Amino acid sequence: MTVEELLENFALFDDWEDRYQYLIELGRKLPTMPDNYKTEENKVKGCISQVWIVIKPISNKNKEYFDFLADSDSHIVKGLIAVLRVMYAGKTIDQIALYNIDEVFESLGLHQHLSVNRRNGFYSMVEKLQNSIKIHENA
Amino acid sequence: MMPNRIVNNAEFTIENIRRDFPILLQEINGYPFTYLDSAASSQKPLCVIEKMSDAMQNYYSNIHRGLYQFSQKMTTEYEQARMKVAPFLGAGVADEIIFTRNATESINLVAATWGRANINEGDEILLTELEHHSNIVPWHMLAKETGAVLKYVPLLAGVENGLDIEAFSNLITSKTKLVCMSHMSNVTGEILPVKEITKQAHAVGAKILVDGSQAAVHLDVNVSDIDCDFYVITGHKLYAPTGIGALYGKKELLDNMPPYQGGGEMIETVSIHEITYKEAPAKFEAGTPAFIEAIGLGTALDYIQGLDNNIIREHENSLTEQAFEELQKLDGVQVFGRDVAEKSSIVSFTIDGVHPHDAATVLDQMGIAVRAGQHCAAPFMDARGVPSTLRASFAMYNTEQDLESLILGLKKVQKLFS
Repeated sequence: MTVEELLENFALFDDWEDRYQYLIELGRKLPTMPDNYKTEENKVKGCISQVWIVIKPISNKNKEYFDFLADSDSHIVKGLIAVLRVMYAGKTIDQIALYNIDEVFESLGLHQHLSVNRRNGFYSMVEKLQNSIKIHENA
Repeated sequence: MMPNRIVNNAEFTIENIRRDFPILLQEINGYPFTYLDSAASSQKPLCVIEKMSDAMQNYYSNIHRGLYQFSQKMTTEYEQARMKVAPFLGAGVADEIIFTRNATESINLVAATWGRANINEGDEILLTELEHHSNIVPWHMLAKETGAVLKYVPLLAGVENGLDIEAFSNLITSKTKLVCMSHMSNVTGEILPVKEITKQAHAVGAKILVDGSQAAVHLDVNVSDIDCDFYVITGHKLYAPTGIGALYGKKELLDNMPPYQGGGEMIETVSIHEITYKEAPAKFEAGTPAFIEAIGLGTALDYIQGLDNNIIREHENSLTEQAFEELQKLDGVQVFGRDVAEKSSIVSFTIDGVHPHDAATVLDQMGIAVRAGQHCAAPFMDARGVPSTLRASFAMYNTEQDLESLILGLKKVQKLFS
């Protein structure tokens, strides 16, 4: 799925219920994170929900792709992770640079998850992802 | 200016009370705003908002030192607020009331002054597994500094139960120097027998500090009857503004405690080599205090006392009982502290298969404000083996309609995550 497709799908819903239903479904389809990845080290420091993330850039034909696996005990956070995967996973740094995460979340009607409670696990995960991308940009 | 409207008993209905809290009339996403998070902070009645606005618009000036009329008026109202807090808590004299920022600061004040002067290595401080972090962390810090030992009264096994009250008598020993306990749990609404525990503490020569953050809102508190040594409250849960709280301390204790922070207003004389301090409460109120907020607190207490307390208590208790009943009817919903002897206004619960954070997010879409998390009570969560809970809490302005909205909302939550 592309970011454009994701935005189109969300645009079909008139009410919050359908939007959240879809978000939860996206979360259910996330690739499973093996339990041995759910370590303290991979845990994102957050106050409310538990979030784990493993970031791994893949080199393929001299091109570097960005990839990550993440999981949470919160269904909504899993849905949000699915959105992040559409934006970041399997993309080159150049492709990632095309999208502004705040704008995408705003368009999806999910902006509150980025801005309201900056202490939650999801926000910390986004920060971790973006820091990792920056390191690759500068490498 | 609009007159401060206080409903009198003749027209006392919850609907009338709601009109004094304009925020409750709003809609969110097309749903009526359902505020079920008063245990975190309560909404403010119009009279409090107007009083603070009036004070700032019409006679603002610093207190205690001005020789002009506005300063004198402001000083009088600040000290009158103290004189309102004292009888509200059942304290003998207003000098036993120290204004602080909140309950947390009140506890920190006791830890930093009485604690440092009286707690030594090996002394025991007894807490409970129900405590809010505010009544744990200052003692943890003091224990680290002094070598004192923290002990905890445990929760009884089983989510339906509360604190193991019987355990107090075994844990209060000749080593105990201080007992710190909540009067009413901010997680389960459990009301603890503070008067009885005070007797036990005093029998071994220990002092007792009671955290009344929740209790002062929902119970008739009388510190003289409890006979506790310290009692702490916060204004913002008590229909008053943020930034103002109070510490009640027995006069002889306050008189012998060293000052807390140094600065203006708390000193009697200052020379290069020697400083003498004023007596309590001034000794503990360095710097310009939050006097507008204190006056707001005084107005909030006037408001509460202008209502029929019995009707409010009955209303809040009835809502709490209904909430327990209705929540237990839902499949997969686990309610904490069902069987505790006495409780009020707070209900904590979990929903099988649904993260509390997710439930709160979905409820928010329907304009329902509840809390999800640890409620600053990690030891409670550890003891119950849950990472977090949902919490709905009631205040005088909540209605059965609010409860109905919550139950409907929770059914929708269960449907969404099924």
